[in-house]
Amino acid sequence: MGMEGIGARVARKEDKRFITGAGRYVDDMVVPGMKHAVFVRSPHAHAEIRKIDVKKAKAMPGVIDVLVGKQLKADGIGNLICGWMIHSKDGSPMKMGAWSPLAVDRVRYVGEAVAVVVADTKGQARDAAEAVEVSYKELKAVTEAVDALKKGAPQLHPEAEGNLIYDWEIGDAKAVDAAIAKAAHVTKMHIVNNRLVPNAMEPRAALGHYDKAEDHYTCWTTSQNPHVARLVMSAFYNVAPENKLRVIAPDVGGGFGSKIYIYPEEIVCLWASKKTGVPVKWVADRTESFLCDAHGRDHVTEVQLAFDKDHRMTALKVDTIANLGAYMSLFSSSVPTYLYATLLSGQYVIPAIHANVRTVYTNTAPVDAYRGAGRPEATYLLERVVETSARELGVDPAELRRKNFITSFPYQTPVIMCYDAGDYAASLDAAMKAADYAGFAKRREEARKRGKLRGIGMSNYIEACGIAPSAAVGSLGAGVGLWESAEVRVNAVGTIEVLTGSHSHGQGHETTFSQLVAERFGVPIESVSIVHGDTDKVQMGMGTYGSRSGAVGMSAIVKALDKVEAKAKKIAAHLLEADEGDIVIENGALKVAGTDKSVPWFQMALAAYTAHNLPAGMEPGLKEGAFYDPSNFTFPAGCYICEVEVDPETGHTDIVQFVAADDFGNIINPMIVEGQVHGGIAQGIGQALLEGCRYDSSGQLLTASYMDYTMPRAGDLPSFKVSTSNTPCPSNPLGIKGCGEAGAIGSPPAVINAITDAIGNNDLTMPATPQKVWAALQAAKKH
Amino acid sequence: MSEVTINVNGRTVTKTVEDRTLLVQFLREDLGLTGTHVGCDTSQCGACVVHVDGKAVKSCTMLAAQASGSSVVTIEGLADGAELHPVQAAFREHHGLQCGFCTPGMIMAAVDMINRHPEGLDEATVRAELEGNICRCTGYHNIVKAILAASAAMGKAGKGKAKAA
Amino acid sequence: MYSVNYHRAASVADAVKKVKAGDGKFLAGGMTLIPTMKSRLAAPGEVVDISRIAGLSGITVSGKTVTIGATTTHYEVATSAKLAKVCPALCSLASHIGDPHVRHKGTIGGSIANNDPAADYPSAMLALGATIVTNKRQIPADKFFKGLFETALKEDELITAVTFAAPGKAGYAKFPNPASRYAVTGVFVAKGKDGVRAAVTGAGDNGVFRSKEIEAALAKKFDPASLDGVKVSAKGLMGDIHASPEYRANLIVVMAKRAVAAANA
Repeated sequence: MGMEGIGARVARKEDKRFITGAGRYVDDMVVPGMKHAVFVRSPHAHAEIRKIDVKKAKAMPGVIDVLVGKQLKADGIGNLICGWMIHSKDGSPMKMGAWSPLAVDRVRYVGEAVAVVVADTKGQARDAAEAVEVSYKELKAVTEAVDALKKGAPQLHPEAEGNLIYDWEIGDAKAVDAAIAKAAHVTKMHIVNNRLVPNAMEPRAALGHYDKAEDHYTCWTTSQNPHVARLVMSAFYNVAPENKLRVIAPDVGGGFGSKIYIYPEEIVCLWASKKTGVPVKWVADRTESFLCDAHGRDHVTEVQLAFDKDHRMTALKVDTIANLGAYMSLFSSSVPTYLYATLLSGQYVIPAIHANVRTVYTNTAPVDAYRGAGRPEATYLLERVVETSARELGVDPAELRRKNFITSFPYQTPVIMCYDAGDYAASLDAAMKAADYAGFAKRREEARKRGKLRGIGMSNYIEACGIAPSAAVGSLGAGVGLWESAEVRVNAVGTIEVLTGSHSHGQGHETTFSQLVAERFGVPIESVSIVHGDTDKVQMGMGTYGSRSGAVGMSAIVKALDKVEAKAKKIAAHLLEADEGDIVIENGALKVAGTDKSVPWFQMALAAYTAHNLPAGMEPGLKEGAFYDPSNFTFPAGCYICEVEVDPETGHTDIVQFVAADDFGNIINPMIVEGQVHGGIAQGIGQALLEGCRYDSSGQLLTASYMDYTMPRAGDLPSFKVSTSNTPCPSNPLGIKGCGEAGAIGSPPAVINAITDAIGNNDLTMPATPQKVWAALQAAKKH
Repeated sequence: MSEVTINVNGRTVTKTVEDRTLLVQFLREDLGLTGTHVGCDTSQCGACVVHVDGKAVKSCTMLAAQASGSSVVTIEGLADGAELHPVQAAFREHHGLQCGFCTPGMIMAAVDMINRHPEGLDEATVRAELEGNICRCTGYHNIVKAILAASAAMGKAGKGKAKAA
Repeated sequence: MYSVNYHRAASVADAVKKVKAGDGKFLAGGMTLIPTMKSRLAAPGEVVDISRIAGLSGITVSGKTVTIGATTTHYEVATSAKLAKVCPALCSLASHIGDPHVRHKGTIGGSIANNDPAADYPSAMLALGATIVTNKRQIPADKFFKGLFETALKEDELITAVTFAAPGKAGYAKFPNPASRYAVTGVFVAKGKDGVRAAVTGAGDNGVFRSKEIEAALAKKFDPASLDGVKVSAKGLMGDIHASPEYRANLIVVMAKRAVAAANA
């Protein structure tokens, strides 16, 4: 490893612009003639639209136009779609209700867009939006998934009888029932996974610009995957053909899944730009983000975990109802199925697993992938029920886990996944040591003397990253392939541009991707530029989500680097009159191994472009591209241990220690990996302690701002003790697994296990707010 | 409409703006200083923190007209030419940022915090004083580390009050 | 925000004149008014900035009498050495309002005039038996706070200062709302020559109030232990997604204990 190569703790290249205020986010973009859009949104959770009167609004100062859904339909703009087909167990396809970017005759959640105002200033657009008169006939609403399935519940879509989208299963139901019937012990639980709002700090934004001269559209958007956005907007929404649409995702201020999807607003901004003849910019305010960004989680589950008399797990039975909100968002169907139920084996040998999943429509914001996407739900379920089992069986939770760990690889689970590598005991041992697990009893006693209830809880998670291979996910219903592309351009002066289909919105790709090149060619990372986020620059890519940019995105770069290296060596061998096989690359030069003959990297590059003296038949230039399609998922895993102190008088929980021991395989930049873990843990603690999205029964969002939705703040969190171990991933050339979501996946059950341990009441739902913990303590006193 | 005169990052500017113009709008839209961000509507996230007359304030919760006659320092005015302010340097060194959106507000809040605590800072104080700044990426771990490091460095350099913007 | 006209007042008389001239609001720190206007929940035609009026800001301590100018910021109250000598509880209270940036702008007069049921200052004013001084008169705190966001202030009446006798002992403890950081329940206790007063903010469904149960218990002995076993009724307390009336009733006693402990420390 060089100073800037693989494994080096390199400070980030991209930081310079962010710390000086020179970052360029969508809201920072200004195009000549640009005007501002404000959406008119439904105040009702469920209503028929009787009439929309825009006359008064159109006459307001500064207003250029007010557009409605009927006009959009008349122009042939398509409905939004869900791109992952799931079939119910009876073989029928999922029931997708129509979702128009601007509602035409019915609204199904508070905040759904019904019209858009374009005006000179945002203030004027807002003034006029209030003057748009929409006449609604209110309908009864339903917000809870369980209620939506009940007879007589309000019906959202004619396509989906009983609000049921699909009724899907995985695993062997008969084997599970048989194992449960003869089990020595069965732990049963009712588990709720709370609805969350992603809350990237940069609100979503879009700037649509139609160029009449070229009949060409440009869309600046807060996207994690601009190429997917272009594909979907072209192929399904009929905004423009791909060659007439450029999508740019510049600096993006966090995503966490919520910026994967193509939302109504960017479609409408593009369409409205052509309609009005001016570039149209929309920037969400925070309340709009709460109302309209895709939410996360929202599962209700009944689970049974069976054990034999030796405390070995014999079966897991899961019955889940998942709330997908009012419409099916782009990848929503995959989250409670292939991203969830396929991980239910966790780190354990469980011979029989069956999961049944029903997804339903409700009058709430659409739900889709949010940091972890399905895997946090699986981990929370399993790690809560395992911890509870240990309590019921009267054994140490760590030892119960250890006894059931998978120890030989590859391991084929009963739910599709085949784990390739791991050492779960190593993570458990590392975490227990870092947490001083053995010394806990003493700390609990010391806390008791101070009037505090101290508890400890753990969680041993596994996740699957870098969803792949494309053919496999295609057979499971995915509408896209999940490969990645890369192009490496060596310039004539030896500097290098790497074009990638991955998109960085905080992950530090400009640094880690450059480190790969530095490692390979011995050039400084400053001479490497990472180009991403623009469909005019990078041909095609699948973007960044599911912790895929390392395992998939960087593997594509490696493939392209291989090709560049091969050609560079040929050129060097020719220049040095040596055998190609004897050329090595060291410290920025191509050398003949064992001799002092060498040619500097930049001279080789210059030779490639002058083409005065190349091997016979070689094309000039030095530029190579590659597409990489993984052969398997990757399987990061680890052990998290949380220690809490609860104030019994107020129910307030302090996280006094949080330990994370992760196995991410090989690591490119440990500093960045640690940062990803810190952030993930904070989001997981947020879910467990603070964050809960709440609608009232009429469908009004009660937590629509930071006044009511609790974001984790610095004072809510401790510093984290993180470490990693390494079983390299065998399926990709770098041996890396991905680290972006682990923290959010592994931490919630550790927190709840710790609190329930502290208070002696296992009946506690997330978020464990002071009020809930206090109430649980009162209930425990009564029993 | 009101005529507003503000010294921004050392330069006095006069503009006529709608009275309802917020200071953050004035900075971003009228002056093109887009380093100051807007992350919420309820004065909580702190992405918009700037210094007005030497004190950290939320520029989304102040009319530009209120700031007329005042001096404002934004993230763009913090570095001394090419030389980063010690807090900026510490954020980079300690990986105190990821997506960068909350970062300008965080840095301006941190500078203010360090200025108010010439005696030095500890972790608990830094965490408590970050109450008005929300970050979704870092879990605050490295932000706290960066602020503590910058505070120590500025203390050593006798710069506790150097850039009392 | 709707369109609005901004005025900067040169004096109290000027401010009152300008507010009377239109559908006006006084603007001090703006920490409540500006967000309310941004969300279009308030639409004053005029805002009159009083923050630069000479003489409205500052803290004076004369013997036992404390006077705090209306536009004194939370930060100034929190860090006042003079005030810390005679009533550190008020410094502590101010140091926990909002966040550092809010404390740089928000003012004591603004907070009291707004009388948010979850604001901190009203409880202190009530427990300290403070007097609210306006351009027209002096109003005892007991008669000033009228309910949710309601006070005895007339439309053209401007708070110029608050004044109170430094208490023998005083303490404040609050349980903040985890999201907004306003008080879910805050209790200010003060022991003066007229006995013990305990005022509760954040919990009452009609705003700040004095708790008879707490005062009676503390009258016997100003000690946290005096509150052991004391029960406060949940009747008349607020309930929302963060805290039920029963939970708030519990918090009143817990916060009162902590306030007394702080006062005795």
